[in-house]
Amino acid sequence: MTDVATPQTPDTTEGSESNGGPLDFLKRVWDRIDTTNALVLPALALASALIIGIFVIALSDIDRIQDGDWGGIVTTIIDAYRALFEGAFFSLKGFNETLVATTPLLLAGLAVAITFRAGMFNIGGTGQMLMGGLFSVWVGFTMSGPGILQVPLAVLAGMVGGMLWGIIPGFLKARAGVHEVISTIMLNFIASSFVLWVLKTNAFRREGRQDPISKLVDDEGRLPRLFGFLGRPELRAHTGFLIAICAAIFFWWLLERTTLGFEIRAQGANPHAARYAGMKPGFLIIVTFAMAGGFAGLAGATEVIGTQGRATQTFAGGIGFDAIAVALLGRSTPVGTVLAALLFGALQSGGQKMQVETGVPVDLVLILRALIVLFIAAPQLMKFVWRVKAEGATAGPSFGGWGE
Amino acid sequence: MELELRGITKRFPGVVANDNVNLTVRTGEVLALVGENGAGKSTLMNIMYGLYHADEGQIFIDGEPVTFSAPGDAIEAGIGMVHQHFMLVPVFTVAENVVLGVEPTGAFGRIDTAEANRDVEEISAQYGLHLDPAALIEELPVGIQQRVEILKVLFRDAQIIVFDEPTAVLTPNEIEEFFKIIEVLKESGHGIVFITHKLKEALRIADRIGVLRRGKTVGDADPAEINEVELAEMMVGRPVQLLVEKETAEPGDTTLDVKGLHVVSPEGRTLVDHVSFNVRSGEIVGIAGVQGNGQTELVEALTGLRDALGGTITLDGSDITHSSPREVHDANVAHIPEDRQRSGLVGAFSVSENMVLTDYDSEPFSTGFRMHWATVRATASDLVEQYDVRTPSIETPAGTLSGGNQQKVIVARELHRDLRLLIASQPTRGVDVGSIEYIHAQIVAARDSGVGVLVVSTELDEVMALADRVIVMFRGQIVADLQRDQTSHSEVGLYMAGAKEQEPA
Repeated sequence: MTDVATPQTPDTTEGSESNGGPLDFLKRVWDRIDTTNALVLPALALASALIIGIFVIALSDIDRIQDGDWGGIVTTIIDAYRALFEGAFFSLKGFNETLVATTPLLLAGLAVAITFRAGMFNIGGTGQMLMGGLFSVWVGFTMSGPGILQVPLAVLAGMVGGMLWGIIPGFLKARAGVHEVISTIMLNFIASSFVLWVLKTNAFRREGRQDPISKLVDDEGRLPRLFGFLGRPELRAHTGFLIAICAAIFFWWLLERTTLGFEIRAQGANPHAARYAGMKPGFLIIVTFAMAGGFAGLAGATEVIGTQGRATQTFAGGIGFDAIAVALLGRSTPVGTVLAALLFGALQSGGQKMQVETGVPVDLVLILRALIVLFIAAPQLMKFVWRVKAEGATAGPSFGGWGE
Repeated sequence: MELELRGITKRFPGVVANDNVNLTVRTGEVLALVGENGAGKSTLMNIMYGLYHADEGQIFIDGEPVTFSAPGDAIEAGIGMVHQHFMLVPVFTVAENVVLGVEPTGAFGRIDTAEANRDVEEISAQYGLHLDPAALIEELPVGIQQRVEILKVLFRDAQIIVFDEPTAVLTPNEIEEFFKIIEVLKESGHGIVFITHKLKEALRIADRIGVLRRGKTVGDADPAEINEVELAEMMVGRPVQLLVEKETAEPGDTTLDVKGLHVVSPEGRTLVDHVSFNVRSGEIVGIAGVQGNGQTELVEALTGLRDALGGTITLDGSDITHSSPREVHDANVAHIPEDRQRSGLVGAFSVSENMVLTDYDSEPFSTGFRMHWATVRATASDLVEQYDVRTPSIETPAGTLSGGNQQKVIVARELHRDLRLLIASQPTRGVDVGSIEYIHAQIVAARDSGVGVLVVSTELDEVMALADRVIVMFRGQIVADLQRDQTSHSEVGLYMAGAKEQEPA
């Protein structure tokens, strides 16, 4: 099959001028859509998920189906999607909640994306977030200002906490060959139990509470509100979002502009060539995981000193796992990860409004997310269903298998 | 039975892989299909086997038009295929692999192993394949695995068998054995299509030779009436220099000095057994040997990819025995690795990124942490020009280039800087004739500029063409160290086979 390894030149057979017309124009635009474009596949996956979502919403309205009230069902569907998008973008409160949800998803997404780019998995976002949050909240409730010093310190502590936890699977893999999927999952359990224990110690436990919940971080120790100048306390989006955007820019700069990024990408795309070229695989594995932990640690920090103001055993929730979907959807590129995190954050925020206003359960959002990831993982299916030009699914990250 | 392909055209985006190709093969004859990489051999074969569908043209069997929409149809019609990369399950036995997909079954779908074994033994005996039905695939050498593939197609009653580059993975001895099997198959009334770019083999085994160039059939050749040079011209479309042109070497001081080098595998098996030799500046030392006699591991030890257990490696007087790959590289040693896809290139990276794969972390391509992509691109453009790399642009992923052009990227990257030593491992494996010529000329040019050159190749012709001094490795040891002008192909061949050992001088 190597005989046809001829460079792909852009297809020039398209664009022959024929009898105009809007349909013809659309057809030509459609023909030009090329799945090698990194944005096309995710967009198609999103569209497919929303279409299937229509049926899910209809099914959720089972009473009307039984009554045969089709008009009512259509209204429900339209209302649900309208509420979803309004709740996500087209109201200040909704947009604010989108940013709140996006912040940890983006940071944790970067934590997964960087390991994907180095040819590894990071299932340990949750554990790294927990450790980062723990470090961060300790600085948060121990120090008592000034905020300009305390907040950056708390953020930094979160990053360091995540890094320390992230280095462990990196070190285990580099020195002892332990597969990172195993070690990161196990470290999640350990981190979770460790946080539970720490939260019960007198150093962390809030006075007067028996349940594992940390002391409160006072207002000066919290990340400043983004919309604080409006004086509306319910707008809780905080500057953690800016930290996340800066982290994404750092991620881009690292990959595209530094020698270390070049090494990480080479290691991910072809570890044998990386070794031949004199790069040090063990070093790269450890550094990559340290940075992944750093990103996830920041996610933990922004949650505890930004959104929640305290730490519990479950403050990380499922973000560490959602982050895997974010990185996959964003194809582990900096821009892609930002967009994917925004999408997931928007769905989460919009889903709340949808449930309140139309009674369609917020679980629809989970279904949409799952469908998006499923379709991303099935590029051939997308190409078949949408009839776009087929091109080998090569743009994604490559992974070493088990036992590599 | 007669298989005919008439007017086959197959287009891929931006390229016509097959352009009105005509081809006929009958049972009882061997048709060799030769052509450079990218000439369309594999595409044609895949059409023949129902993996691709021709855009135009028709396949006929005994004059009747047929359509293969999947390999199953082709198998049904009596066409078998032996792929270059074997399709075997390593942990299954020979018999299990042979019957896979068409297992003889007893009650409740139980596989009748006894019958499978009997069938395999029977066919094996009939064609002199000497296969043990109960042997595990993973324990068999490559040459024997290939016989299992042959048995697989025979078991499915193939009349016409297509071999895709069958000798690429075989040792000289195994190639001889393989040719014997081809003869037996021919005698027994099978038709053989033998796809290769090795002209000697085509001339030797074929009854007819079909030549493909850029997707077109450019001629039918009778092996009795054509010689290698003429055939190469037909294939490439211009006169070809098969011999390497070079002046007599003028060796200087010793560049590389290896003493008692000992390399063992992690399991403790000896791979390189107390090897001593040297390379002087301005000479090409060729290491000949059948694949798997320690050459790979020797090169890995020299380039820092594998740590030596004992012995010393000295480069211009300084010890580099336990150096890292980076340290060896920084000591002005160039390394053309034996498997360009596996380790020489990052296929997903652009040509320009691959051009600095080993130099990215030094001036002028970077300072400290920061990459200077403008400089990288400028250098890559120059190198693409200078080393005649045929690529649409320097941003093209290297993995999409043809084998010859991929290799030229590596040659350009490794040779353009100041060098003391060049280690070239299988420098022209899987490379088209035109690029071979070019790469050989570059290696000789490096020698003439005073670089010490170590060429490792399992192609004896290549070693004999390039080397000023020939070293033969057998079972991890150096069994001969000969001046090129005082030895012959047959003498080196004897050393390679382990049939002869040089008296210690």
